[in-house]
Order: sequence, then structure tokens, then C-alpha cells
Amino acid sequence: MTAEPATITPAGPGRATLIRHLQHYGVYAAVLALVVFNALFTDHFLDLANLRTQLVQVAPVVIVALGMALVIGTEGVDLSVGSVMALAAAVLPLYLGFGAWPAAAMALLAGVAAGALNGTLVAVVGLQPIVATLALLVAGRGIALVLADGQLKQLRNPQVLGWGTDDVLGVPVVVAVAVVLAGLVGFAVHRTTYGRQLVAIGGNRPAAQLAGLPVRRVLIVTYVLSGLFAALAGVLATARLTASDPSAIGNLIELSAITAVVVGGTPLTGGRVRVLGTVAGALLIQLLRATLIKHDVPDSTAQMAQAVIILVAVYLARERRSR
Amino acid sequence: MTDSAEPVLEVRDLSKRFPGVRALEAVNLTVAPGEVHALVGENGAGKSTLIKVLTGVHRADAGEVRYQGRPVTFRRPLDAQRAGISTIYQEVNLIPLLSVARNLFLGREPRRFGLVDVRRMNREAGQTLSRYGVDVDVTRPLRSLSLGAQQMVALARAVAVDARVLIMDEPTSSLEPREVETLFRLVRQLNAGGVAVVYVSHRLDELYQLCDRVTVLRDGRVVHTGPMADLDRLRLVSTMLGRDLAQVRQEGLTRFRAAPPPRDAPPVLTVDRLRKRHVLRDVSFTVRPGEVTGLGGLLGSGRSETAKAIVGALPLDGGEITVAGRRLRRPTPRRAIRAGVALLPEDRKAEGIVPDLSVRENIVLAAMPRLARAGIVTRDRQDRLVETFMKRLRIRASSPEQRAGDLSGGNQQKLLLARWLCLNPKLLLLDEPTRGIDVGAKAEVQELIGELARDGLGVVLISSDLEELVEGAERVVVLRAGAVVGELVGDDVSEHAIMSALATGEGPDDDR
Repeated sequence: MTAEPATITPAGPGRATLIRHLQHYGVYAAVLALVVFNALFTDHFLDLANLRTQLVQVAPVVIVALGMALVIGTEGVDLSVGSVMALAAAVLPLYLGFGAWPAAAMALLAGVAAGALNGTLVAVVGLQPIVATLALLVAGRGIALVLADGQLKQLRNPQVLGWGTDDVLGVPVVVAVAVVLAGLVGFAVHRTTYGRQLVAIGGNRPAAQLAGLPVRRVLIVTYVLSGLFAALAGVLATARLTASDPSAIGNLIELSAITAVVVGGTPLTGGRVRVLGTVAGALLIQLLRATLIKHDVPDSTAQMAQAVIILVAVYLARERRSR
Repeated sequence: MTDSAEPVLEVRDLSKRFPGVRALEAVNLTVAPGEVHALVGENGAGKSTLIKVLTGVHRADAGEVRYQGRPVTFRRPLDAQRAGISTIYQEVNLIPLLSVARNLFLGREPRRFGLVDVRRMNREAGQTLSRYGVDVDVTRPLRSLSLGAQQMVALARAVAVDARVLIMDEPTSSLEPREVETLFRLVRQLNAGGVAVVYVSHRLDELYQLCDRVTVLRDGRVVHTGPMADLDRLRLVSTMLGRDLAQVRQEGLTRFRAAPPPRDAPPVLTVDRLRKRHVLRDVSFTVRPGEVTGLGGLLGSGRSETAKAIVGALPLDGGEITVAGRRLRRPTPRRAIRAGVALLPEDRKAEGIVPDLSVRENIVLAAMPRLARAGIVTRDRQDRLVETFMKRLRIRASSPEQRAGDLSGGNQQKLLLARWLCLNPKLLLLDEPTRGIDVGAKAEVQELIGELARDGLGVVLISSDLEELVEGAERVVVLRAGAVVGELVGDDVSEHAIMSALATGEGPDDDR
């Protein structure tokens, strides 16, 4: 009936501009600030070995977070990514008899299947994303443990081990994969029909539906991509580890991925996907923890610092919404 | 009802503003104990705001509310409830998973040794409900009851807290006719006990059946108040819509109308006996190309629902839709669009605009797949199309890349029209295309509608603005309570004729 009162922000133009800039560039500025701080105050930070370590550690999170960014762009969330990593890690050794590539393909297929299940539960059955993917968060790791007989399996296939140690054009494989994937996802979001439809669905789902957009298909594809990326991260992390360890791999990575996405400026309310921001968000968290640890701050404090960053990011995002 | 009795609830010169909207302007309302007072008005008239002020959801900017002779200010809904003003909403707002008895006694459970005395609670709940003619197992979860029975539990709960005033906001909208009867019986019982009822409904039949007095709101002001029986249906409708009867009669007679377009063109749309429980009853009509067909009706008459059903956004229980000679089976928005049907939705913010996307992307939203090569967006094709339509529809934006959410209402509406015109539709369904946009943009949109029809499109125009219907449409189908109650063609289309159809047209009133 009567229109609800529109909320007006009393903020002056100066404050609004500041907040908008912080939203857009805050995460990059923070990453830069940490790099400068470490370059000045942390011994050996700029050593090639250290930089490599940092990048290798952050790469799996970036890969998972890229899928997560797409899902969050549709106003959803994928809690099952860690379990899907475990599933991929468990499937990989089962098929190594056929060779490294077929085994990796099977592991990725497991990720696709998991994503298809999530997508179907969300788009067709109509469950809330948090509930639908929670099911697989719980069940996925269980299935992985059953497949692996609950054991850690050493890997001896040289090809697989190579994925964990080799370089491509001077960068570790996993880092190269993360970079290429970030480029692909960025292209998909900005330049393909799929990406624009995804953003429209996240921005106003009833409108997208009435405009005849293939809402179900886009949602299912998005969850499949998230599953696929998680499986890829699982395979690469397993190769790096030189062992399949479904009980530990990807534990709590969903939280890191969501943090990276949110800190990177993608709102949880959907309708926008910031790919570069997501990469920077992941870097920021990685650098923050590394910095605190290198300066002998306990891990528990690092976690608290991470929490503060999330709160700041969400606060800034909220300001934007309320105009 | 006794006129001499001290009013139990009195509203004096109440005003309430929201940013940009004057929701209530010096509103007066007097409700006597034991009466049923109808509160009516079209969309945006201020009924909801008034109720929200009375129940402590909103606070008034000026004026006072007197309850049982004393001025009161409710800071929150609980205050109003404690004082004895209970509200029943359209949707039952109880807790579906708790038992009937628990819902009835929520927050005031009988206690024994500090614990809830379940046995006593169940016994008393059963007694209370059977007093109102509701026989249900009170230990069952509330949601296992029919909607009617749930509404009855809500009512019983509302009066059990010793309410002196009961506000009912469209309580019957999802009830079966039989359940409505039970509800009315209950209301009369309460009246006999001195409870005053403020009754909001769009169903005229219910108002005349139940209410003693009526207050009509329009644009935030009281435009009429008095005994229900003194205001016949036609007068009630014209008061709600703000049309002067004498003037309307005159205009209706003198208006010159052009001859209707040739009748032999095959229809672009035929709907045949569309049915949906509680919403649509056998709605049938046809639309010819090059013609604007109006859909008239009061709020809740099924106008928007008909349009939504045609594009598959509202599942139907039965009926046939034929577009340009081809049956549209199991319609979904995608299938309807492929068949050449486009709907401009009533709520442009919630169902039309994607606020964070640019003007360009909003315009090409539906046409995007057609404008892409191998799934990759081609900007130059988009830009050309967007430029064409921004010019043709005179969409005023700083650039095609401006955020669509920042446009004015009129420009947003034109943007949505552009979205559909990109697809070359055969049939346009326009649901309140000029509501809430400024006068200039309104005239532009109206002009455009005429232009599109002349270009050979079939247009369905839904509007609460009678003038717009009469001037814009060659034919008007009038709906009431989900059924077609009249169809006016050519010279017969007049505000008066539409209003009489709205008020008295033959409809399925008997089973209401």
C-alpha cells in the first residue's frame, strides 16, 4: 500500500566519496601497506623464496574464492568447498592407475558432480544456499574419508608430484593456475552473457525471472564452477602435500574464501562480482597472517585481526547499500 | 451501534509524512464501541499508514489518538496491544510450528509451580475456540489447520487479551466463502460484547454485509465518512477513485470517440477461462493487434494477476492462453517471451529494474543472448540498440553507463519499456505504466503506448486511473473479485460505465 519511507543517509558528500573510495580501492591499499611494512620491518620478506612461499600458500584460497565470488554474486554461498577439496583429494589416488591426467579428470568430475548437486538443490528444489551447501559440507568429507578408507595415502606418481613442485614460466604451477583462472573468471563476469546474467540475477532475481533469463541454468552452472574450482584446488594442494589427506585438506577454507570475497568488495547481497578484489582480499589475509606470525604474534591474535578486517569490509559494504 | 456512546477510539487531525510522501494529512476517525467501521481506499490512500500509527508501528507527526477518552501515544506494537488494540493482518502472523493452544496463549501461558500448565492451557484453549465455533484439536501444530481456522485462532488470540478495538486488515483475502461466514459471525459476536472493529477490505460485498459506518481515504485525506447504508456502491467507488459522479455522467455522454479498429483482424491474444483459486475465476477476453485493451478493476480484482498469469509468472489452476494463434502451454516467462509477450510489471523497483546495473545493461537484459556471439557480449551491437531506444523513448540519463537505480521513476519506466521493445514483441502487457511518475513523463509514456498500438502491437493496459483507461483504451474489460464483470467497447467506454461495472456488474457475488 503506502510506500515505506526511503532511508536517507545524512552523510555529506565528502564522507560518501571517502567510503566509496575505500570500497573500491581499500583492499588494494591495505595489501600495498602490508607489503611496504614488511619490506621495511620484516627480515627476508622480499627474498624470492619467501615471496614464492606466500604465493603458493595463497593460491588454493584464490582458486576457491573465485568460485565463491561467483556464487556470492548470485546472492548465494557455497559452504561445501572444503569438503569438495577433500573429495577430490580422495578420488585422485583411486584412478592413478590410469595415469595422472585421467585421475585428475576424475577428481575434477567429482567436484562438478558436487556442484551440480548444490546447484540443483538451490535452483530447482529451492533450498536456501546456506542449507543446501551445508549438507555437502557435512557429507562430502565423510564420503571422502570412506573413499580413502580414512587413511592418508602417499603419492608416488611423478607427474602428480610435479604439479606440486614444477614451475611454469618461473612461477609455481598452482600460482599460474590461479592467475589464469582469475583472468578467465574476470572475462566471464564482464564479457559473457552468462556473467552478465549472473550479476542481474543476483541484483534482482524477480526482475531477471520476468525478463526471461535462464535463472536455473545460470545458478546451476555457477555452483558447478564453484565445485570445479574447489576440486582443482584440492588436486593441486594434494600434489603439493605429496599425499592425499582427506581428513585435513581444505579444512575451514570456506571461511577464508568467503572472507576474501567480502573483503574484496563483493557484497553478500549479490548483484556484483569483483574478481580482482577477491584476489586482493585473499592476498590481504595471507599477508596479514604471515606478518603477524613473523613478528611472533600468536595465531589466535592473527585470527582476531582477520575478524576485524571482515567487520570493516562488511561495514563499508553496508554503507553503500543504505543510500 | 449507538451514536451517543463515547467513542472508544478517536483520531484527531493526524498527519504523517515520509520523505517525499505525505502519507496522512489531518485525518479524523471516530470509532464507537460495538460498531464495525470500514476503512477503504485505493493503493497509497494511507490506510496502512493509519493502521500502523494506531498500532504503534509508526508515530504521527501531528495530531492525536484518543483511546477510551484519553490521549495516547504508543511507542511500539506491544503498547497498543496491552492497551487493548489488537490487529489481525492479511497473513496470519502466528507461529506455524507451535500448537494451536500454545499460539493462543503465547506470552501469557497459565502457570503452575513456575512451569507452563499444559493441561489447563489445552483445556482453556479448546473452550475458547469452541465458543467461537471452531472445533479443532488444540494440540496440533497451527500450520496443519486450514487458513480459515488459523485466521480464527488469530482472532481468538486477539480478543482473548481483552481487546476493546480490533483492527482487521484484509482478513478474508485467503479464506473460503464458508470460512468468511464463520469469521463474520464471530465479528458480530464480538460487536455484541462491545468490541469495536476497524475493517479494511477491498471486497465491496463484505463491506456492505458487515460494516455500520465507513471512512474513505484518498491520497492521505479523509474524503468521506458516514453510515455505510447512506453510500451506495457507485458512490463508494467514485469516492474512492476521486471522480465526481455528475461530472462523469456528463463527460461520458459528450465524449467523442473514434471508431474502433477493424474487428476482423485475428486476435493476438486470447485468454479463455483462466482460473486460480481465490484469485481468478474464469477470466476470458481477447486482444487484437493495433488495439489498446484496458483492464479495469479495483485493487485486488485480479488485474495484475491476470497479466502475471499470461506471462507464466503466476501458476494457474486452469484455462487456455493463445498468442497469435498458437496455444501457450505451461507458460513460463521464457516461453511467453519467445511467443512474443512482454510484461511491464506493476512494481518496477522490485520486479523490473536491476538497480546496480547500468542503463545499457538494463535495456539489453532480455535481449542479451540475441545480441551475443557464442555467449560473448558484443558491445557495439548493444550500444547501437541502446542508443536507438534511448533516443526514441527520450530516456534521460547522463550516459548509458549511469546506474539504473539512480534514474527517476519515469525514466526507469521508459527504460523497462525499451527492454521489451528490443525484443520486438507482438503483445505488450502494461501494468500501471504511469503510476508514480511525474506528469511530463506520464504524458510521454501515454503517447508512446498509443504509438506502439498504431504500429500494430496488441497492448493490454492495466490502470487504476480511470481517465487513462477511458482515453487510452478502445476496449475495457472490467474485473471484480477475479471475474470479468463487464466489457465496454468504443462509445460505451466511459468513466461512469466502468464505475457502474465495478460497483454493480454481475459477478460471482453470491458465493462470496
